[in-house]
Amino acid sequence: MAKVEKKEVAAATPPWKPKPRPIVRLGIVLISHSLLVSVVCCTAGIVALFLLPMLAKNTYISENALMPGSASSMLSNHDISEAERLAKDLTSLNSGAADAGIERRRVLAKYLSDLGVEVGYHKFQSHQNQFHPLHFFSSPDSGLSRENGSCSSYGINVVGIIRAPQADGKEAIVLVTPFNFRKNSSSEALSISIGYAVFSLLSRVSWLAKDIIWLVADSQYGEYASVASWLRDYHIPVFSASSSHNADSCFEGNNINLSREESPGRTEISSGFRRAGTMAAALVLKVTDVKGQLEDTLSVYAEASNGQMPNLDLINVVNYLAVHRQGLRVKVEKFLSVLTWEWIWVLGDTLNFIGKVAGSLNPEWKFGISTPDYVEGTATLASSLYRQALGIPTGPHGAFRDFQVDAITLEISPKVVYTNQGRRNEFILRSARLIEGVVRSVNNLLEKFHQSFFLYLLTSPAKFVSVGVYMIGFALLVAPLPLVAASLYVDANKPEPSSQDPKQKLQINFKPWKWLSAAKQVFTVHAWGVFVSLLPYFISQIPNSTPAAHSIIWFSLSTFGLLVLYLITKSPSKPQKGKWENLKSLTISAVFIGLLLMSVVNFATAQIGALVLVPACLLAQPLKLDIRTASLKTFLRIATNVFISFVAFPPAGFFILKGVNEGFGNMDVGEFWTWLESLWAWNSATYIYIGMVHLPCWVLCLQILLHSC
Amino acid sequence: MTIQIRKGKRATEPQCLGSQRSLNSEDLLFPNQTGDSKAAVYFQLSNGRFRPPPAHRLIAHHIVDTIAPIFFRVSRTMWLPLRLTLLLLFLLLSPRALLRSGSAAVVSGEEEEFHEELLLKPLPDRKVLAHFHFHSIAPPSKSNGRHHHLFPKAISQLVLFPSSVPFAMWSDLDLILNFLFRLLNNCFSSSRKYDVFLIVFALIGVIVGEFLSFGQVQKFRVKEMELSFTQGRWNYERWGGFDPISSNNAKPPGVELWAVFDVPEDQVDAYWKNLTNSLSGLFCASINFLESSTMYSAPKWSFRITPGRLRYGTLPREAVCTENLTPWLKLLPCRDKAGLAALLDRPSIYKGFYHSQRLYLTSNASVPAETVSGISLEQTLTVVLQPNSPSSSSIHSGESNFQPSWSLSSIFGRKISGKCVLAQSSIVYLQLEKSIFSEQKDNMDNGPNSLASEGFAGGSGFEMSLDPDIVIEEENQSQHKGSSVLYGFWVEKYNESQPFDLGLKWKYPVFWSSRQAPLHASRFLMGSGNERGAIAILFKSANSADSSSGSRHVSDGCELQVDVFQVVPWYIKVYYHSLQIFVDDEAKPIGDFVHKIQVSPSKDKTSPGMMEMLLKLPCDVRSAALTLEFDKGFLHIDEYPPDANQGYDIPSAVISFPSFHSVMHLLSNDSIRKSPLLSRFQEKNRVQSYTEVLLVPLTTPDFSMPYNVITITCTVFALFFGSLLNVLRRRVGEEERYLKAGKKKGWLRVLLSRLLAKLRGKPMEEPDQPSSESAPLIGKKLVLKVILVAVLAVAWQFYST
Repeated sequence: MAKVEKKEVAAATPPWKPKPRPIVRLGIVLISHSLLVSVVCCTAGIVALFLLPMLAKNTYISENALMPGSASSMLSNHDISEAERLAKDLTSLNSGAADAGIERRRVLAKYLSDLGVEVGYHKFQSHQNQFHPLHFFSSPDSGLSRENGSCSSYGINVVGIIRAPQADGKEAIVLVTPFNFRKNSSSEALSISIGYAVFSLLSRVSWLAKDIIWLVADSQYGEYASVASWLRDYHIPVFSASSSHNADSCFEGNNINLSREESPGRTEISSGFRRAGTMAAALVLKVTDVKGQLEDTLSVYAEASNGQMPNLDLINVVNYLAVHRQGLRVKVEKFLSVLTWEWIWVLGDTLNFIGKVAGSLNPEWKFGISTPDYVEGTATLASSLYRQALGIPTGPHGAFRDFQVDAITLEISPKVVYTNQGRRNEFILRSARLIEGVVRSVNNLLEKFHQSFFLYLLTSPAKFVSVGVYMIGFALLVAPLPLVAASLYVDANKPEPSSQDPKQKLQINFKPWKWLSAAKQVFTVHAWGVFVSLLPYFISQIPNSTPAAHSIIWFSLSTFGLLVLYLITKSPSKPQKGKWENLKSLTISAVFIGLLLMSVVNFATAQIGALVLVPACLLAQPLKLDIRTASLKTFLRIATNVFISFVAFPPAGFFILKGVNEGFGNMDVGEFWTWLESLWAWNSATYIYIGMVHLPCWVLCLQILLHSC
Repeated sequence: MTIQIRKGKRATEPQCLGSQRSLNSEDLLFPNQTGDSKAAVYFQLSNGRFRPPPAHRLIAHHIVDTIAPIFFRVSRTMWLPLRLTLLLLFLLLSPRALLRSGSAAVVSGEEEEFHEELLLKPLPDRKVLAHFHFHSIAPPSKSNGRHHHLFPKAISQLVLFPSSVPFAMWSDLDLILNFLFRLLNNCFSSSRKYDVFLIVFALIGVIVGEFLSFGQVQKFRVKEMELSFTQGRWNYERWGGFDPISSNNAKPPGVELWAVFDVPEDQVDAYWKNLTNSLSGLFCASINFLESSTMYSAPKWSFRITPGRLRYGTLPREAVCTENLTPWLKLLPCRDKAGLAALLDRPSIYKGFYHSQRLYLTSNASVPAETVSGISLEQTLTVVLQPNSPSSSSIHSGESNFQPSWSLSSIFGRKISGKCVLAQSSIVYLQLEKSIFSEQKDNMDNGPNSLASEGFAGGSGFEMSLDPDIVIEEENQSQHKGSSVLYGFWVEKYNESQPFDLGLKWKYPVFWSSRQAPLHASRFLMGSGNERGAIAILFKSANSADSSSGSRHVSDGCELQVDVFQVVPWYIKVYYHSLQIFVDDEAKPIGDFVHKIQVSPSKDKTSPGMMEMLLKLPCDVRSAALTLEFDKGFLHIDEYPPDANQGYDIPSAVISFPSFHSVMHLLSNDSIRKSPLLSRFQEKNRVQSYTEVLLVPLTTPDFSMPYNVITITCTVFALFFGSLLNVLRRRVGEEERYLKAGKKKGWLRVLLSRLLAKLRGKPMEEPDQPSSESAPLIGKKLVLKVILVAVLAVAWQFYST
C-alpha cells in the first residue's frame, strides 16, 4: 500500500515521472487487475483443495532405525492364557459389590507384581476442565485447578513399570489401557488381556532399551481425565499441595487401604508415585464392539489438541505392522456422509477421466486415481481437516502431546464378539503381536521421533498430504486479500472523476487520514469480539441453567454490546464517498492478518476459515448500491452475499454442518453452547479464532452490506 | 636395533605389559613373544637348566628395562658404534651373568600378594548377585624398584611418585651393583679381564639411563583412584542399599572416574588429563572425554570424606562391553585362564541385570616411612544374574514363591577348575540373610552357631551341593535384621578332575528383604517443553516401620544427615537460588534443613555446575524433596552431535549418609583377617547411593534450516541492497537522457519502452525539455564508497566473532 501511495505522490508531480521499478510495476498491474486475480486465485485455491486426495503420497517409514517387523514375535500362547486368566478373574468379581473396583485393582496389581515388575497406584481427582480466559497456549496447568473436591470424584490408576534390564532407564515407552474398574465390560476386559499379554512378555525379554510403563487408566471419569492427571503428576508434581493428603484421607475414610498387601516377601505395592525416564512414545489401546464388520479392524486416532499430530512414522509403523504382519484392516476416521454426496462422485469421475486422458497423451502423467479412492480420500481428508480444526484431541493420546510425547490411540474392534475361546485367543494374539512390534520398533529408536512429518493430513491410513502441498491451496486462497485491499484503498482515494482537469490535479486534497475512521470501526468491532469471547466465562458462572439459556443470554448480551458500541462510536458526519471501500479494505486486511496468524497456530482452522471468510469479504458490497443498479449481475451478487453471510455466521454454520451430517431433525439452541464450551474447555485455539477473527469480520462484512452510501 | 623396536612397542601398547605376568613359562621372562628380542631368545636357548626364581626374573627385567632406554637414548644421539658395541656386549654377557647368579640374593621384604574371591548372594527377587573381588598388593617399592612380578605394571605406573623414583633407582642400583660384582668376580676368575671395561661401561650406561628416565614416570602420581564401568542400574529397593556391596559397588551407569593426586593444587588438572588419556588407552573406553574441563569437577567434601586433590567425572552414556573387560582381565595374573576369573563367560555375564566392573587403586608410596603395603589394587566385578531355572517359566502356577535353585555352572555356564596358582587365597563365599533361618530357630534351639551345620545338613530351607569349609557369622549388633551368614569354600581343594561347582537348592519358599538405606533417593525432571524445567530429588523414608537405624530411637533433636553431590553440565543452566525444600509435603525454609551448602555455578563451555549440600533432616521424616529450576541452554552449532539425538544427560547425583556406615561386624577370625574381601566389608564406609541418570531433551534445531535461512537472507539482502543501491546511484535526469537517446538509437528500445508503457497502462510521455546537464562521473566515488562499506562489514564481522 505504501508503494501505491508513493506512486500516487509521484503521479502528482509533473512534468516527468520516474519509471517505477519492476516489482512495483508488477504490484501495480496485479492491483489494477485485482478482480481477475482474486477470481483466479480463489478458484485455484478451492480446486487445489479438492485435488489434495490426488496429490497425496504413499506413506513410508522414514526412520531406518525403527525396522518394523524385522524381528519375529516372541509372544506365546502361554502369555495369552495368563492374560485370559487375569481377564476372567477381573470379570468374575461381582460388579454389584461396593468394593469390586478396589478388588479388581488388587487382583491386577497382584498379577503385575507376580511378573516381578514395579507396581504402583496413582490416585487422582477428576475435575472438570475450567475455562481460564487468558490461559490459552500455556503449558498444562500445574496447580490452578487443584482445588478441593469431594471424595467421590477420586479415581485410582494402576501403573506397572518394567525396568529395562541392561538399560540406563533414561527413556520410557508408555502403554495405556483405559479400564473402568467399577463396571464389567467384555471389551475392556479384552483390552486388559491384550495389554497384559504384551506386558508379561516384555517383562521377560532382554532386548529392552527403554523402560515400559503400563498405565491401566481408571476410566470411570473419562479416559482422558485419568491419563491427563497421571501425566500431570508425572511431569509437574506438587510437593506441597494438600491434594495428595486429600486423596489419602479420602481413601482412608472409605476404608480403602490399597497398599496393604497380604503377601509377605513380595515386592511391595507402593502408593507412591513411580516414575521412569523421559517418555519416548505412548500407545493407547482400546477394544470396542462395533457391530457389522467384515473383519477385525484397527482404527488409528492421532489428532491432539490444536491440530497437533504425532510424528507420521508412528502411524506408519502401526499401519505397516497391522497390514503386513497381522492382517488387520486399518482405517482412520472419515466423514461417512461425504460418501453419499453425488457431486463428489461426479468430481471424482471427472478427475479420473482427466487423469486417463493425460495418461493416454503421455504415460508419464499418471495422476489419476480411481473414483472410489478419490471419494474415500476426500471423506478422510475432510474428517482429518475437521478434527484438526476443532482442536479437541480425539482420545487419551491428546494428553501426551501436551508434554511433547508422540502418542496415538489404537482402537481395535473384533469382527464379532468372540465366544469361542480359540478365536478369542487368536484375536488377542494378533493384537498383542501388533503392540509388541510397535514397542519393539520404538525401542530400537536411538533418537527422538524426528525423521518424518509432523504437519500432515491423512487421506487414508497409508496416504498423506504434507504441509508443502496443502499450503498451496491456502496460499492461493489468501493471496488476493492484500491485492484487493490495496486496490480498494486506491479506489477510495482516487480523485473525483469530475476533476479531470490537469490543472486541478495539483489541488486535490489528498487525504491520507481518510481511512482512520474506518480503522476505528474495525478496531471497535474487534474489541467487541474480545468481549464476546470472554463472556462465556462469566455466563458459565451462573448456576442452575441450561445450555440453551446460556446461549440465549450470551447472544443477547453480545447483541446489546454491539448496539452500545455502535451508538457510542457512530460518527455524526454524513456518509461520504469511499467510506465503505475504506472499511472493506481494512476488513480484508484484518482478515488477512488473522488468517495468517491462525495458519501458524492451527492450519486446518485457518483453511476452513479461509474457505468461508475469503469469499464473504471479497464479495461484500453495499446492498444499496446493488439494488440501485438492478441487473442480473447485481441480483446474483445480492443473493450470494446474503447466502454467504448467513453461512458465515458461526451458529448458523454450525447448525448447517450438523444438519448436513446428522440430519436436520432435532436441533437445540443449547448445542452450539455445548460445542463452544467444549472448545474452550479443551483450550482450543479455534475458539479464539471464532471469537476474535471470524465473528468480528463477519460483523464487518454485515456492516459493509448494510452500508448507507 | 631390535631393542629399539621393542621400546617403541612398549610405549604404544600398554596392554602388552600384561602378558609379562601370564603363566606360560616361555612368557615369564620376556614381554613380547613376537621374537624381536634376540637377547631374550638367546637367554632361553642357552640356559638349559633354567628355572625362573623371582630374583632372576627381576634381574632380567632390570636388564631389559634399564639397558633399553640407554640404547634408545644413545641411538638418538647418533652414537651408533657405541650402541652396537653395547648390544654385542650385552648379548655376550647376559647368559653368563644369569647363569652365575643363580643363587643371587633373594629380595628381602614383603612379597607381592594376589587374592581372588567370589561372593555369591541370592537376592530377594529371584536373582543372584555374583561379586568377584581380585586384590593385588605390591609392597613398598623399596625392595624391587619399579618392577613387580604379580602387580600389573601398567597400573603401578599410575602411582609412581617423584619421591619414590630415587628409591627405585637406588634399589635398582643396589641390585645391579650386586649383580655386577658377581660378574666381576666371574670375570676375574675366568681370566676374561677385558670384560671389566665393558662392565664399567654398562654400569655408566645404567646410571645415565636411570637419570634420564626420570621424566617418564612422573606423569600421573595418583594417590587414590576408582574407575568403574557399569551397565544397567542397581535396584536399591530390592537388592539393598545398606550393605557394603551396594555402598561400594553400586555405581551409576556408564563410566565413573575419580582420582586423588599427590601434586600441588595448580597441577592437578594437568595430571587428571594425563590420567584420563592413559586410562582411555588402557581400557579401550572414551575416558579421554573426561579431559575437557566441562566434564569433571572437584568436589570438596560431599563425595569423599578424605579431603584431597580430588577430581570427579562421569560419562553416563558410555557403553560397556567386552572390549572394556578384556583389558581389565589382563591386569590379573592369571587373566581368565585359571582361577575364579575363569567363570567369566562373556555371554552370561553381559546378559544380566547389572554389570559393574571396577578398579580401585590406593597407594601410599608417597610416604616411604610408612610400612604398610605400597600399592593395592582392588578389581571387582559385580553382576546380577537371573538363574534360569525351570520354574521361572511357570511363575504363576503356584510355585512363584520359590526362589530358583541354581549352581555356578547353571548361571555362568562354566565351573571352577582350581585356583589361580599365583593367588595366595582363592575363596568362594555364599552369603545368606539370617532372616531365612529365623523360622528354623524356633524349632531348633541350638543357637546361632548351629546354623552352619543345619544349613547344609538339610534341616533348613535350602541345600548346598558342597560342604562349606568355614562359616562366618555377622555379629548381631542388637539388631535382628540385616545380618547375614557367610559360607566359605576353599577353591584350592578342587582341580580339573573335580571342578568346583557350588549349587544351591531351595526346599520351600523363603522371603526376605534387603536392608535399605535410611532414605530412598530418586531424582526426576519436572516440566515439559524446550525452554525450562526443574530437577527434583525426592527422598522417601525406606521403611517407616523399620527402626534399624540406631539413631532413629532418639526421640527429639535426632537428625539424619544427608550429603548430596550433584554435577550438572553447563548447558543445563541451574538457578541455585530457586532451591526449594519440601519436608513431609510442606514447603520449608532452606535454612532450617540445609546445614551446609557449596555451589559452584557452571560457566558456559568451561566448567559444569556443582552443588554440594549437607542436609539435616529430622529422623522421623517421611519424605523430603529438593527442587532446582533450570533453563535449557542453546548449544553452539558444532556442539551438537552430528545426528539427531535423544537428549543430553545429567549425571547421577551422589547421595550419602555420613552418619550411617555400611559395615559388617564379623566375628573376627584369622581367616577373615587374611581375606581382603571380608576386611573390605569390615571397613567403615558411609552408606552411599546414586540416583538415576536424567535425560534432558534440548532444542534440536533442524540443521537443514541454516540452508533455508541462508537462502532467504540472501534473497532479502539482495532485494534490499539492490533497491538501496538503485536509490543511491540513480540519476533521474540521466535516465531521461538515456530514454531520449534510446529513442534516437534504435527501434528495439522504442518497442520495449512502449511495451513497458503499455504494461503500466499509461501513455508514453514525451519529456518536456531535454536535460542539459551531463552525467556526473559516478565511477570513482561509488567504487570508493562500496569498498568502504565492504571493509567496514568485514571488519565488523571479524571483530564481532
